[in-house]
This record gives sequence, structure tokens and C-alpha cells, in this order.
Amino acid sequence: MTDTIANRAAKATPQRVARKIKGLSDRAIAWIFVAPTIFLLLAINIFPLIWTIQLSFTNYRANRLNREPEFIGLRNYERILTDSDIWLNMQATAHFLFWTIALQVLIGFTLAWLINKKFKGNDLWTTIIVLPMMLSPAVVGNFWKFLYQPQIGLFNYIVAFFTGKDPSSFEMLGSVQLAPWSIVIVDTWMWTPFVMLICLAGLRSIPDYIYEAAEVDRASKLRQFFTITIPMVLPFLMLAVLFRGIENFKMFDLVVQLTGGGPGSTTELTSINLKREAFEKWRTGYASAYAIILFVTVFGLASIYVKALNKVKER
Amino acid sequence: MRTFLTGLMRLRRGPWEMLATIIIALGVFMLMQPFVLWAFTYSFITTLVGTVMFIVVSHFPEGE
Repeated sequence: MTDTIANRAAKATPQRVARKIKGLSDRAIAWIFVAPTIFLLLAINIFPLIWTIQLSFTNYRANRLNREPEFIGLRNYERILTDSDIWLNMQATAHFLFWTIALQVLIGFTLAWLINKKFKGNDLWTTIIVLPMMLSPAVVGNFWKFLYQPQIGLFNYIVAFFTGKDPSSFEMLGSVQLAPWSIVIVDTWMWTPFVMLICLAGLRSIPDYIYEAAEVDRASKLRQFFTITIPMVLPFLMLAVLFRGIENFKMFDLVVQLTGGGPGSTTELTSINLKREAFEKWRTGYASAYAIILFVTVFGLASIYVKALNKVKER
Repeated sequence: MRTFLTGLMRLRRGPWEMLATIIIALGVFMLMQPFVLWAFTYSFITTLVGTVMFIVVSHFPEGE
């Protein structure tokens, strides 16, 4: 018998264990190894999901443990989907989603395009640009809160420098008009590098010979940009848009740290509203139905995301 | 358009996935639009139909 890794492993197996697994097929042994993971997955992911679905059809309240939950059918879903306050929260989320994605794609693509040009200090600039993405959202939320301070905040002073306004005349986090934009600015600052990296991967995947062929055909730089660069980076951009879309739909930590959903409920995104329903008002059944609605939306978007990912892989 | 319709008739994966994707996107738009409340009300069922459809049609055979 040759001294292969498998043979050495077989020799090292204690006799008691070896006797037990002797006669088991490879498939059975594979199942024995995989079973703990499957069990954990069922216990941590699938069971809570099924339980949440079940609770969403009841009027269960987690702070009233003695009261038996009552089956109320689709009433929770009906209440949520006809509630104009929740509709407003969805619109706040939509405003946040639309502007963060638009700005991140625009700035991220421009940065990637510039970084892709060979120049001195290219790597250093890439590292500096990528830094915000590596910070914790709690840390980012905290220090942007200081930057937005009307009296001592650097942000107000920069705006005042360009507009000539008094720095303490406006409050980014306290104003109903400005607060939704303040969270957009912070998320854009934090996550533009991520979009830039994806765009950079797309730009670097375009072979040079395509541009050389275009040069031979005397295509202008602008024409090359619109007929080669944009179409070939588009699948990567789609990927970035979907990824950021899903992430920002679930946005919680950064906004809670910055505004806590205020002033009023102008920056109360759906996830913050859901947390309030579940753990402040203790409407567990209602919050479960709310969570299922958000889950189905994210799951639907994730399906499109996987499809887009496969398209990029095919390239 | 004709290829798309033929693909739908022959139960091919590509066009059906495209249709499911459009329904999901429509559902998400209905959920977040600021124009009419009834669209918000029916957004969940639209997204749910699109998502279930996507799961089912992803098992259809690929087009030739």
C-alpha cells in the first residue's frame, strides 16, 4: 500500500471510530460531515424565518407572554400596506436609495476611470480612497455627527466658505429639509470606494486590443468611451447598483447613529421603523408581517442580483 | 420581441426569467413610488408573484 495522504489519515483514525464507520458508503460519510452545518443552518436561518411567517398571521406581542396569540389572517399585511405613514417611510427609503446609488455610481465610475489611467502615486491614491469603506458604520456615524455640528463642525465651515452663509445658520441633522441629504452624503462618502473598485475591475477587464482596433478605425476618444468603455463596464455597474440597492434597503446602523430617524420621521427608513414596531411598541405579529414584506423585496432584488452576477461571470 | 414571445411559448428560461425580473422590478417600484397609495398596497403581492415565478422558471430548460 502506497503512503498517500488518504492512507495516512486511515491509519491515524482510532480503531474504535474506524470500526464504526467501516461499511458506510462515501455518501453516508459525506452526510455525517455535512449534517451539523445543515442542522445549524436550519436552526439559525430557516426556523426563525418560518416562525416569523407564522407570527405574521397573529396579533402576538412579545411583552405579553401570558396572552395566547390569536390568528388574525392577513390583517397585519392589510394594515401595513394601507398605512400612509409606512408609505412615507418607504418614500424616505426610496429617496435615500435613489440618491445614494446615483451619486455613488457617478462618482465611483469617475474615480475608477481616473485611477485606471497610469500615473505616479496611483496605488497610494487607491488606498486613500478605499479607506472610508473599511471603517465601522458606528464610527463613521459618530464622527460625521461632529462634522455636521453647526458650531464646531468642519462641514458647515466648508459650506460657509463656498456660499458665504453663516456656519451656524443651518443644521444638517436638525433640519427637515437637510437631514435626508445629510445621510445621503455620509453613505456616499462611505460606499463610493466600493462602487469604484467594482468599476475598476470592469475597466481593467477590457482588453487593450479593442481600443487599438478603434484607434485604427479612427474612432474619437468620446466615441470609444460610449461604444466600448460604457457597454463593457455596464454589467459591473449593474452589479454595483444591485448590491448597493440591497444593502441600502436594509440600512440601519449608520442612520440610527446620525439622526435616529429624525427630525420627526424624515429619515426614518423602513428598517428603523420596523425596529420601533418590534421593540418599542412591541407589536411582534405586525412587525413580523412588516419584516416578511421587506424580506420578499430583498429576496426578489437578490434574485436579479444573482442573475446579473452570472452574466458577469459568463464574460 | 418575436424571439421573446416564442421563448415564452416554449417555456424557455431566458425570456421567463426576464419577465419575472420585470415583475419584481415593477413590485419594488410600486412599493417606493410617491404617487398613488393603491400601487403601494398591491406592491407586495406583485413582488411576491415575481419572486416565486423567478424561483420556478430558473428550473426551465435553456433556450437553444
